[in-house]
Amino acid sequence: MSTLLPPLALRVQNLSITYPDANAGLHALGPVSFEIPTRQFVCVLGPSGSGKSTLLRALAGLLPPNAGQVNFLSPTNPRIGFVFQQSNLMPWRTVLENILLPLELEGMPRDLARQKAAELVLLVGLESFENSLPRDLSGGMAQRVALARALVHDPDILLLDEPFGSLDALTRERMWAELSRIWQARQKTVLMVTHSISEALFLADRVLVFSARPGRMRLDLPIPLPRPREDEMRYTPAFGKLARQLKDAIEEDR
Amino acid sequence: MDITQKWIPFSAPRLRARAVLMPFFGVLLFLLGWQALAQWGGLPAFILPSPAQVGARFVRALAEGSLARHTGITLGEVLLGLVSGVSAGTILGYLAAKHKALEEFLAPALAASQAIPIVALAPLLVIWFGAGIFSKILVGGLIVFFPVLVNTMTGLRAVPRPLTELMRSLRASPWQILWHLEIPAALPVFLSGLKMGATLSVIGAVVGELVGANGGLGFLINLGRGQFDTALVFVATFTLAGMALLLYGAVHLLEKTLLAWQEKA
Ligand SMILES: Nc1ncnc2c1ncn2[C@@H]1O[C@H](COP(=O)(O)OP(=O)(O)O)[C@@H](O)[C@H]1O
Ligand SMILES: [Mg+2]
Repeated sequence: MSTLLPPLALRVQNLSITYPDANAGLHALGPVSFEIPTRQFVCVLGPSGSGKSTLLRALAGLLPPNAGQVNFLSPTNPRIGFVFQQSNLMPWRTVLENILLPLELEGMPRDLARQKAAELVLLVGLESFENSLPRDLSGGMAQRVALARALVHDPDILLLDEPFGSLDALTRERMWAELSRIWQARQKTVLMVTHSISEALFLADRVLVFSARPGRMRLDLPIPLPRPREDEMRYTPAFGKLARQLKDAIEEDR
Repeated sequence: MDITQKWIPFSAPRLRARAVLMPFFGVLLFLLGWQALAQWGGLPAFILPSPAQVGARFVRALAEGSLARHTGITLGEVLLGLVSGVSAGTILGYLAAKHKALEEFLAPALAASQAIPIVALAPLLVIWFGAGIFSKILVGGLIVFFPVLVNTMTGLRAVPRPLTELMRSLRASPWQILWHLEIPAALPVFLSGLKMGATLSVIGAVVGELVGANGGLGFLINLGRGQFDTALVFVATFTLAGMALLLYGAVHLLEKTLLAWQEKA
């Protein structure tokens, strides 16, 4: 039976993060334990300050864990694709140059890198903006570039920290469809932090809900809604029930 | 006919022509006024030589080869001062941006550099290091050092933290972070420090020469003054101004080229 299950992309065991501060330190996260199979789309919900960003930064190797373990499928140096709330593009690089940054850092020959980046430009639908500078892009376009940059080096996991948080509602919902399509096309494992229940229900296979600080797992909920997920889905009983469950879990603290 | 057409005041080419013509007229008017003052003002030539006399003196100094020689000396001092001041300021600024302790250690020197004009140290440096070019390089270097150090530090401090995190999540090495992120991000502030430094280095070298030297444009100014050859003083001063302008222009050009991405569309 176990051979039928997809291999694990990520295993997190008793992970705990404390930021050093003047007193005993600020216990931001954990202990938390969970596993993510390859190609699963997982969303993380939770009150602000519950350590969601901290979790992603620890997974990306930006923070040392104080306790516990993080294991990726690829044992050595997992490749990370990270998208933040702000696009974090380099203003002196064109769209194409921003996208090929991860390849350049890996030392890929320039021509090959440009070719691969150009494929990603197509994937996110920015053909005519290859040579534009970030200052000429709208917020939604900039986030597409950030997404392309996070995908170009074929990462083991895509970490998204409220990637659409700074976009207007209309653009955001258009980006959900885009992200869904890209996730299916590239077959990526995704861990995405969001504060929007609808966003989680439109995108995720599974939602983790964190408690207030220190963040601990309060709920691990599979989302069996059929795909592709359309706007009308909002008004189905199944959607309503899941939304209720998530909302209750988030608000348990209050 | 469309009445609004008449009222478009300046088209782009006309604006460009104006940008060339107006400064030209400004200089012309200045020269005419000066010539008039020298001719009818009743001032002797050793107080105020006329533009024509200064022009003639310029040609003579050029023909003698002395102008080129002294200009070469000053330019050498300026460039060496600039290179040493910029190198030291950049390296120390980088280290101070990375290590808080070094910044704290340098703080008194930085505060003092704001309070004391560095040129006031020129006599001391000439006493210690002699009338040769070394003391001038030192004055120029010191005067350039501080703005470059401060701007390098400020520029590096302003590198957006999220971009550093992005680079680290991509497993970039410290060198890659320096080359692909820190240098381009700090460049605008660094270059405005360099621009300041380029002008200051000329001032530094000349003040050093005025205090005591055996060559250079500052030396030429002192020579002209001593011999009541005021036209020569003018020649040397204008040459200095030209040198400072050229340096400033060079850095400005560098800015235009390297920071093209910053220009507002
Ligand atoms: N660099 C840091 N140093 C100290 N404390 C931090 C740092 N980053 C975040 N925190 C604290 O850790 C807690 C969790 O933060 P974060 O992971 O950003 O929460 P979330 O993303 O869920 O809103 C918060 O209380 C926050 O103030
Ligand atoms: Mg956060």
